[in-house]
Amino acid sequence: MGTSSATGRSRELLARPTVVLTLGGGVLLLLDLLAQLAQVDIWIIGGSLPFSQLANYLWTGLILGLIIGLAGVGLSLTYSILNFANFAHGDYLTIGAFSGWSVAYVIAGLGSLDIADLVLVTAAPSDVGASVASTPVAVLVGLFAAVVVTVLLGLAIDKAVYKPMRNSEGISLLIASIGVAFVLRYLAALLFGTGRLGVTAASQIPSTNVFGVTVSAHQLTILVVAVAVMVAVHLLLQMTTIGKAMRAMADNRDLARITGIPTERMITATWILGSGLAGAAGYMRVLTRGTVGFNDGYLLLLLIFAAVILGGIGSIYGAIAGGLLIGITSRVALVWVPGEFGRPIAFGLMILLLLFRPSGLFGGVETA
Amino acid sequence: MSTNTSRLFEFDISYIAATMLLLYVIFLLLSVLQGYPVAGIVSSLQRVTFLVAVYGLAVLALNLHWGYAGLFNIGVAGFMAVGVYTSVMLTAPMGASPPGLGLPLPVGILGGMLAAALVGLVAGLPALRLRSDYLAIMTVAVSEIIRFTYKSNTFSQFTGGAGGFGSIPPGPIRRLFLQDASSIISEPTAIGAFVFDFMQFPMLDGFSLGRPVTLNIFSTLLIVAVLALVYAFLVRAVNSPYGRVLKSIREDEIAAKSLGKNTNRFKLKTFMLGCALMGLAGIMWYGAVGQSSVYPNTFKPELTFYIFIALIIGGAGSNTGSVLGGALFAGLLFEAPPRVATILSDVLGVTQTPDTIIAALGPVASGQFVPLLGFFLDNMSQLRFIFVGVLLIYLVQRRPDGLLGHRSEVAAATDLSARPSRSNGGDRDE
Repeated sequence: MGTSSATGRSRELLARPTVVLTLGGGVLLLLDLLAQLAQVDIWIIGGSLPFSQLANYLWTGLILGLIIGLAGVGLSLTYSILNFANFAHGDYLTIGAFSGWSVAYVIAGLGSLDIADLVLVTAAPSDVGASVASTPVAVLVGLFAAVVVTVLLGLAIDKAVYKPMRNSEGISLLIASIGVAFVLRYLAALLFGTGRLGVTAASQIPSTNVFGVTVSAHQLTILVVAVAVMVAVHLLLQMTTIGKAMRAMADNRDLARITGIPTERMITATWILGSGLAGAAGYMRVLTRGTVGFNDGYLLLLLIFAAVILGGIGSIYGAIAGGLLIGITSRVALVWVPGEFGRPIAFGLMILLLLFRPSGLFGGVETA
Repeated sequence: MSTNTSRLFEFDISYIAATMLLLYVIFLLLSVLQGYPVAGIVSSLQRVTFLVAVYGLAVLALNLHWGYAGLFNIGVAGFMAVGVYTSVMLTAPMGASPPGLGLPLPVGILGGMLAAALVGLVAGLPALRLRSDYLAIMTVAVSEIIRFTYKSNTFSQFTGGAGGFGSIPPGPIRRLFLQDASSIISEPTAIGAFVFDFMQFPMLDGFSLGRPVTLNIFSTLLIVAVLALVYAFLVRAVNSPYGRVLKSIREDEIAAKSLGKNTNRFKLKTFMLGCALMGLAGIMWYGAVGQSSVYPNTFKPELTFYIFIALIIGGAGSNTGSVLGGALFAGLLFEAPPRVATILSDVLGVTQTPDTIIAALGPVASGQFVPLLGFFLDNMSQLRFIFVGVLLIYLVQRRPDGLLGHRSEVAAATDLSARPSRSNGGDRDE
């Protein structure tokens, strides 16, 4: 029976010309990619693409994808458990970035540089010399601080803004989150200025060359930390009672309440997890980017939404997979289109998915 | 119906008039306090009127989507961009850079609205069956894709890229008043000569308005006229059978469907109409008064959110509320704060404006609050948006209906509340 319904489903899918077109386009692009790598020209496909360039796209896409995925886990959790699209989530990343690097700067430069310049991250990056190699303790403590500050902020915002509206519709909460986004973004602009601040000391980041791909220590740090955090989240959700309760909440809030799960406490746990991951993602984004600005998180927001929708709202693993897919797509797309279209391509992918598979690539709410 | 509606209408007009009067008094005071010359005062009032009018146009269009059809579109900026870009690309002279098609202005305006409606069709056809939060995310993504496309280097020979479209042709008022519309010092036409002479106000000493101010005033008046037309059209539309179907979709789509209404078609039509009006708002906002360039980064999602906040202030579901909300947002929240800050720092003699919050907070420890005040006044544009955010949260929590959204509009064709005194028809059991 399972197979017959599956074939029926695939027939139904194929009957829709748009799906066929999309799939056909995908296959064509894949063939083109292979032809380009093989340096051959067949009719409209083909060209020459050095392997190292593709590998570079994949690597930088993977790093971006990890950050998006990390942020996406939090957004996905709040989306499914609190039932609204949090438009302020991107600005949680910004807060994490500024607060974390402020602390990292103070630790790295204390004693030798003006404390005000350190707190406001305005000290010259080359003077502070912040990098994983030269100031590992500062960078690590900064990460910790980013998580703590963002968690505290997330909880305070929940108490002040969302808690009084617990029974409101998703759209009202969404509008409130736009208000929160404005407050956070311009608070960051007020405290840290509207200019772009240099943060990491580019000259002190060791990097090596693997098969023509430049791999920097900061990218490796992101890889290690992100994977570790993701494994931790996985263990939390699968092994602990809280994790089980959260999964139950995401699946069916009313049913969870009936079975005696303290929903309010679970909501607090959701915000802690979601904001903490957002703060970490925002902080680590600066590791590769090297600079920080008050608009950064907000600019990532739509990509994070794309990842969450791609993976299916409510699915932790979906968000991670969606993040990787969005990150890699937005980079690999550069094989065919100029750099300025990486973002629009990712948005387009999200729109296509919203239209044809709104439950995400992996289907349905599956936090399991 | 007619008595009640017309009474409401008079009430609404007086509401809007009172708000405008309030805004004019405030800005007159601000300008006098800032020591503006007469032309500056007039120019400042003109700018407020302009902002109120263009915000009103955009908010009215959004209200049609959200207030009447319940479509949560937060891609307003994108549709505005399509309208204004299409219109300037159609009307810019052929030889200019970036080149246009050199078509007449009305064609450009209609073309811009049509293009916005078509983009609305393409986006709306599949999207309108989505959940409202998905529609929100999708529309904001569409608006960003539009902005990135206009901004891209690849198409910059047509759109001007990030540097903006720099060959917007002169607006209709300049063409009407000047023989050579591209030069402000050219020989005026007969009408132009009359108006320019009149605006010198020979009977009033020391009160005379030059050509730039005059041109701006008349262009603004033209936009106000467009606003009045759109407002009248929408009031008429939402009280028509079409509008009643819209309200029924907003209240209960399944019920509307079960009565045999093709709700999807109604939603799509409304979406396209609203998008066309957003295009019109874009054209009036960025292509009509004195601007010579339009930049893609004007159309960031922030612009959408401003329009949205204005709608929430006024009250979704009310056309009058939309205009009021637009006026209050544009005047009090957007335009006034920086000027109040300038005046305050003059009056209070704030000379120190610390660069950073730490430099501002330091002296507080020793009881000096002036540097902190100076810092806040200097950063009024950031504070303003923090305030806007707080206001939005407050409104959603406490006053989700805004100023006028609570007013229930009569959905029936005849006003059921204005029933004549009961006849004794149904009193007896028969």
